[in-house]
Amino acid sequence: MARDMSDKDILKMEIDQLQKEVKTAREPVSKTAKELCDFVETQSAEDPLIKGVPEDKNPFKEKGGCIIT
Amino acid sequence: MAAQEVQPSETIAKLKSESEALKTKLEEERAKLHDVELHQVAEKVEPLGQFVMKTRRTLKGHGNKVLCMDWCKDKRRIVSSSQDGKVIVWDAFTTNKEHAVTMPCTWVMACAYAPSGCAVACGGLDNKCSVYPLSLDKNENLAAKKKSVAMHTNYLSACSFTNSDMQILTSSGDGTCALWDVESGQLLQSFHGHAADVLCLDLAPSETGNTFVSGGCDKKANVWDMRSGQCIQSFETHESDINSVRYYPSGDAFASGSDDATCRLYDLRADREVAIYSKESIIFGASSVDFSISGRLLFGGYNDYTINVWDVLKGTRVSILFGHENRVSTLRVSPDGTAFCSGSWDHTLRVWA
Repeated sequence: MARDMSDKDILKMEIDQLQKEVKTAREPVSKTAKELCDFVETQSAEDPLIKGVPEDKNPFKEKGGCIIT
Repeated sequence: MAAQEVQPSETIAKLKSESEALKTKLEEERAKLHDVELHQVAEKVEPLGQFVMKTRRTLKGHGNKVLCMDWCKDKRRIVSSSQDGKVIVWDAFTTNKEHAVTMPCTWVMACAYAPSGCAVACGGLDNKCSVYPLSLDKNENLAAKKKSVAMHTNYLSACSFTNSDMQILTSSGDGTCALWDVESGQLLQSFHGHAADVLCLDLAPSETGNTFVSGGCDKKANVWDMRSGQCIQSFETHESDINSVRYYPSGDAFASGSDDATCRLYDLRADREVAIYSKESIIFGASSVDFSISGRLLFGGYNDYTINVWDVLKGTRVSILFGHENRVSTLRVSPDGTAFCSGSWDHTLRVWA
């Protein structure tokens, strides 16, 4: 557990981890950002919080009158 | 192997400078691929229209601060937990309470609904995560069927079932995350790498494979391989504790909310932070974040009692929601994206749509 480790051990753990991470395969932001945007564009038409839902279809919209439970 | 005459302080100083050098190298490697900003690529995206989001339901019944909540897959039930030790299951359509459990500890900081909808998991200052099967018989004493699953050496900060009711992932103030078998209580895998309390976790969407992300008081967000226990990627750009992490719906990115008053987006394939959601006027910490189902909106609950709604791609704030009378501590979008629920230190939960 991190709380029980000495500062030295924590640093060694960090160094091991960093050595691995430096070698991670990466892609350019120009490519990945475009993919994030494309994903959103294909999905937003169906996003109820963006396009809105007609009052009678959304169970959370206000109901008029009395509710008998 | 160890030298007899090693000065401990020298070795630590050497290790520190080695660590700093590696961090610099990592940032250089990441910077090589930072050829454009997300909001620049997003200039071509249609701007969002006006938002009208209001509180549609207020769930009252907790006697103290609401600390955590989760939706059931049926998109109408909600489980919430509180500082008063109570865990309540609500029908969010009707606001009726369906079940209530009193935990043996106060500060129940974590709760989660099982994928089947037949059980809930919770824990906090008891250092455990316990599972309660939900009975159809409202008179049955749920506490009698309680199963203790996880044991940490410090408080439980978050928990989540994996794709089934059979495994639970937990994070703790003891600095670790762990994967447990619910039936036997056996520890299946533990995840070491945070240097301080782990405050939050989120599982990758099932299509993207077996990873999860965690955030901690060491300001780091770590991405883990669930099978091997290895940390695959790590991000340290926040300036304070990370209170909440949430995967982008495609699984290719995740957002974080922090005590440094910002939310950030990290792109996993570019291996870097690609957006910061902040304003000079926002000076209180963000406690919880979640995406709308398309990933276009990021909802952030803050310690200044508000909820800020961000345009994820363009980086701008599209709306600010008022209503809670104390800190917003937890926030989740419903499984079908028609609404989101926020819980607060004002003892209530609100459903917004």
